[in-house]
Amino acid sequence: MCLAIPGRILNSEQVGESRVGDVQFGGITRKVYLDFVPEAAPGDYVIVHVGFAISRVDAEEAERTFALLEEMGEVPPE
Amino acid sequence: MKYLDEYRDPAIARALVEKIRARVTRPWVLMEICGGQTHTLMRYGIDELVAPGVDLVHGPGCPVCVTALETVDKALAIAARPEVTFASYGDMLRVPGSHSDLFRVKAAGGDVRIVYSPMDALKLARAMPDRKVVFFAVGFETTAPANAMAVWQAHREGLTNFSVLVSHVLVPPAIRLLLQSPSNRVQGFIAPGHVCTVVGYREYEELAREFRVPIVVGGFEPLDLLEAILMLVSQLEDGRAEAENQYVRSVAREGNVAARRTMEQVFEVADRKWRGIGEIAQSGYRLRPEFEAHDAEKIFNVAGVSAEEPPECISALVLQGLKKPTDCTAFGERCTPDTPMGAPMVSGEGACAAYYAYRRHERDLVGLH
Amino acid sequence: MLLGHGSGGRLSAELVRDVFLPALGNAVLGALEDQATLEVAAGRVAFTTDSFVVKPLFFRGGDIGSLAVHGTINDLAVGGADPLFLSAAFILEEGVPLDTVRRVAQSMGEAAAAAGVRIVTADTKVVEKGKGDGLFVNTAGIGVVRPGVTLSAANARVGDRVILSGYIGDHGIAILAEREGLEFDNPIGSDSAPLHTLTRAMLDASGGIRAMRDPTRGGLASTLNEIAAQSGVTIEIDERAIPVREAVRGACEMLGLDPLHVANEGKLVAIVAPESAEVALAAMRGHSRGAEARIIGTVTGTARKMVLMRTSFGTTRIVDMLAGEQLPRIC
Repeated sequence: MCLAIPGRILNSEQVGESRVGDVQFGGITRKVYLDFVPEAAPGDYVIVHVGFAISRVDAEEAERTFALLEEMGEVPPE
Repeated sequence: MKYLDEYRDPAIARALVEKIRARVTRPWVLMEICGGQTHTLMRYGIDELVAPGVDLVHGPGCPVCVTALETVDKALAIAARPEVTFASYGDMLRVPGSHSDLFRVKAAGGDVRIVYSPMDALKLARAMPDRKVVFFAVGFETTAPANAMAVWQAHREGLTNFSVLVSHVLVPPAIRLLLQSPSNRVQGFIAPGHVCTVVGYREYEELAREFRVPIVVGGFEPLDLLEAILMLVSQLEDGRAEAENQYVRSVAREGNVAARRTMEQVFEVADRKWRGIGEIAQSGYRLRPEFEAHDAEKIFNVAGVSAEEPPECISALVLQGLKKPTDCTAFGERCTPDTPMGAPMVSGEGACAAYYAYRRHERDLVGLH
Repeated sequence: MLLGHGSGGRLSAELVRDVFLPALGNAVLGALEDQATLEVAAGRVAFTTDSFVVKPLFFRGGDIGSLAVHGTINDLAVGGADPLFLSAAFILEEGVPLDTVRRVAQSMGEAAAAAGVRIVTADTKVVEKGKGDGLFVNTAGIGVVRPGVTLSAANARVGDRVILSGYIGDHGIAILAEREGLEFDNPIGSDSAPLHTLTRAMLDASGGIRAMRDPTRGGLASTLNEIAAQSGVTIEIDERAIPVREAVRGACEMLGLDPLHVANEGKLVAIVAPESAEVALAAMRGHSRGAEARIIGTVTGTARKMVLMRTSFGTTRIVDMLAGEQLPRIC
């Protein structure tokens, strides 16, 4: 039960009990509940599962670890 | 799509595969737990790429597949009631109960709706005060916060026509059960990345220590899984047994505190029966007593019909990683996605369905019938 | 709509006169006989029928009416036939607004006129409220098959190339988007379109076309599997060659759908002899409906009837037909 995809928060507002935001995934924008990521702000990426953001992507961590992967990819296999 | 596409880079994949091959000095048996991870492995042929040094067996990571037969039957009975609007995730609609499934109930006139989110079910309840809206809350820990939020808001609003039929399952107790089994051959685990996004990976640290088995929290894209496999193989070759986190862009050790808080307010841990496996203690969630007005089990007096699974179906063994779908005599013939005998063939995440969709010809090639 | 509109009496006559004739109008239909009598060139007549039950009735890029006209034209066109005449039968639910019926009829008339075909016979029935989902359309079509051309899904041979006319998944995602309330930055519309001038251009350019199909329900995967089964061959396609719009891909990721299984209504796939592939491709690219055409694969063998896809990773996986309904995944 784990299909969750990353998207970028465009804006957010309080709607009744919840904090809701427009999140952009590739070429689609959808309303997402942001209640579980109070620290996430417009411009941040979040992982979204069944209409709820369940984590905020740590952009720096992601950059750092991906850079290591990229380096691996650049070295021609021996 | 950012944070998705770059984790599918074939050049980096090749490099990771090379590293895995270079590291392996003897064959290792690894298990990925989440159905979404199984799907990726099959789709990209990753298990082919890392063989024979790494043998990947598939875990019970498909909550749709492990929802107890009695619970499915209860769902069918509730959905058939004329006053009920039954809302469910799409995957559950074809799961066979003892005699029927939600699609058939729908065809017979039941008001069964597919929803993408539990909040959609809540919206239905608000829009239709005369209908009893019941949401089938199936899932691992990943989905529990969303389900909890729906119940919480229903409770706050006094939305008495909204209830949930809970069938949440927890991953660590199932892993514990596998590790305790004398026939277990799994030497390392890829833990489910989105489950851990919610609950963190403390429990996996305990499991790693107790059973001396390496566990790596992995994401869902091909590079995530290859990296997790590399990390597991490195631990095994070095003789280490720790919990590590590959999916750092989403998972923190403590998980998501806000999500856990909501979950813990609404759910409590309970014993739960896993289809094909049996009852596992403290392996599920149920609603706390203060929310019983929204508990479909209590509201609808439906006894679970207990029935036998078809004898040919080996889903229990597949779900525990003891057999592969291709070992089953019914696979691909009597049991197909159109005519499923067991739940792992129905759900897109089930190992049997994944094998059928992506790998059936292997069986033909090897001539196993 | 009232039940009386379908009963053959005065209300029916008014409906025909005030709504259907003006929208679909041509001399043959206007003669209001029980049948259309038509002159057709000697040769082989191609004949097809389809029913359309799409919900919602109106969507970005089309509606049930234009969809019906295009769908029937395309079924004729992929058989190498020049589409000429269509029938249109409506089953309407009591209570459906007259304006809805008018809009659908007008859309059909316009689609037919734009494609150069005529709707020459029609029928209307009305069912009680609750017994029909608004509006259903059935269309049948006749065309004359080009002399000397015999296209068939059973014709594929080892070495043949597989050519796809353009982006896949647009129609299915456009419909799903309306139903699920997905918002696109650049909204996806149905690709519903008539393909008979494209097929004509292809057949004019090349004698090496073995088969053509339009991958509607079940998507490209199902169509290729049908061809593989009927020809008794293995078809191998390359994932990287298949064009999918970014937004369609995003929607599929989000909902857990495979673009290969999503419906198309303005695309075709052609099986072409290897020596004719480049010519056929050029003819397609020179046509507005084939501008994004690609060679996506090859017929590789006869040992197994299946469709295989080479992934961007260099591994191979089976591409199966769509099993049952396409359920959005959660996992």
